[in-house]
Amino acid sequence: MEAKEIYERLEKQFPGKVGGFKGDVPEPYCIAEAQAVVDVCRFLRDDPQLNFEVLSDLTALDWPKDEKIQVVYHLYSYSQRHAIVVKVDLPRDNPKVTTLEGVWKVANWFEREVFDLFGVVFEGHSDLRRIMLPEDWVGHPLRKDYVEQEEYDGISTQRAPLVEKLLR
Amino acid sequence: MNVPAQSLSPGFHTEDMTISVGPQHPSTHGVLRFVVKTDGEVIGEAIPDVGYLHRSIEKIGEKVTWHGYVPYTDRADYLAAMFANQGFCMAAERLGGVEVTRRGEFCRVIACELNRIASHLISVGTFGQDIGAITPFVHALRERESINNLMEEICGARLTYNYIRIGGVGYDILPETCGRITEFLDHFEPIVDEYNRLLSYNKIFIKRLAGVAVVSREDALSYNLVGPNLRGAGIKWDIRRDIPYSVYPELEFDVPVGTGHVGTLGDSYDRYWVRIRELQQSCKILRQCLKMLPTGPAIAKVPRKFKPPAGECYVRVEAPRGDMGFYVVSDGSEYPYRVRIRTGSFAAMAIIDKLSKGIMVADLIALIGSLDVDAPEIDR
Repeated sequence: MEAKEIYERLEKQFPGKVGGFKGDVPEPYCIAEAQAVVDVCRFLRDDPQLNFEVLSDLTALDWPKDEKIQVVYHLYSYSQRHAIVVKVDLPRDNPKVTTLEGVWKVANWFEREVFDLFGVVFEGHSDLRRIMLPEDWVGHPLRKDYVEQEEYDGISTQRAPLVEKLLR
Repeated sequence: MNVPAQSLSPGFHTEDMTISVGPQHPSTHGVLRFVVKTDGEVIGEAIPDVGYLHRSIEKIGEKVTWHGYVPYTDRADYLAAMFANQGFCMAAERLGGVEVTRRGEFCRVIACELNRIASHLISVGTFGQDIGAITPFVHALRERESINNLMEEICGARLTYNYIRIGGVGYDILPETCGRITEFLDHFEPIVDEYNRLLSYNKIFIKRLAGVAVVSREDALSYNLVGPNLRGAGIKWDIRRDIPYSVYPELEFDVPVGTGHVGTLGDSYDRYWVRIRELQQSCKILRQCLKMLPTGPAIAKVPRKFKPPAGECYVRVEAPRGDMGFYVVSDGSEYPYRVRIRTGSFAAMAIIDKLSKGIMVADLIALIGSLDVDAPEIDR
């Protein structure tokens, strides 16, 4: 099914909750409301003609200019061989969205990664802990305005001072 | 499995044990750790703890130029660096509208399939070693060494190749090298049967794997397993065949899937057996490519200051550990706005938590080996 048809079905099912469709790009996408994303995804998975069995990727984009963080869901259907990208816009100062764990189980780990690196909180997540970085790390590195802490656990994260110290 | 208290003599009791497997355990294929709660030999749960090899490759992507990022992609999965090179370059080409030369495409496929054989050899060899068969590991590494030599001839590096560039490949494959690749294939194809006699048909090996850690079709989809792990669960899906890229549509090859012929469909043996058969398919692809290799330039002219227009794309390549996705966003500047690498091992790690419930400690090692998880690829 073409991305446009997928979007039209979505729009019919969830009037006013999905929008911003863009079809003339390599990866056609639409934007869903944060509250509706679980229902939208469940519909995309369960509808026999859409049948999106897998969540290929879940990640986020930081747009400090627009004051928003976008969570991006890449869906694919092996049986129907079509793809769609669903995006959710969240406010940058308090990004919160419901977890997709109940729809695709792999979302558990993907969401942990996004929480760790972007600071997006997934409500209802069973195990929302940092995954890549240590528990006591400060900040979310993939945000555009992230400033690295000068030292962690007494170890300097700066390279230059260390070299200077050794040269002395 | 708790023994009722009244059946024990007074003063005796059973207790769950928490052990830490890793981070430097040889069977963890890199640096990763499991916190395993066991009741005797039976695992209650194995909680994976990853992140030891996190090198923030995605963040680096935002700080270096498009051409400059290619060597970093090598490090995402050092056992299969070629595929990460290719994934990123394909994404950049799609965004920038660069056409890859035909010879470049063939050079890419040749390099990639050699790399796939090398990666599968490591996977198969270490898998045997993990569960107690040391000899096959030595045999596998011996063959991998010849591939490393060939790679050195092709691109000057043995592990982190930085061979595939935006628009084609860095160096052309010379006719002498083609001859040596053919020689290697003549030598290697019978060796696969040797592995089968040594390992695959070994009764002990089969008993250790048949019916262990079965991945059902539903779980494979829900956890988004990819590559040999997905095919091991009986789902015939290969990016090279189903979402074709490069020159794969012109090549003939089969997609092996799990059959459950020694145990249950989707067990550890099926995943292993898919990899062994993929070795043969890669040889088949290589022979065709060497025959079809056209003349012409190996790389297209790409401006040094590569600035693709603003946009985003998601590119999939079939790496040895499955569908490797590159989600690359450009804002029209000299630097990528965001590079996201979605790797096969990441999702494979997520399923271990579920599969490990109720299996023996020794089977956990077999499970990790059969999923072929690779720590650098998980953490990136």
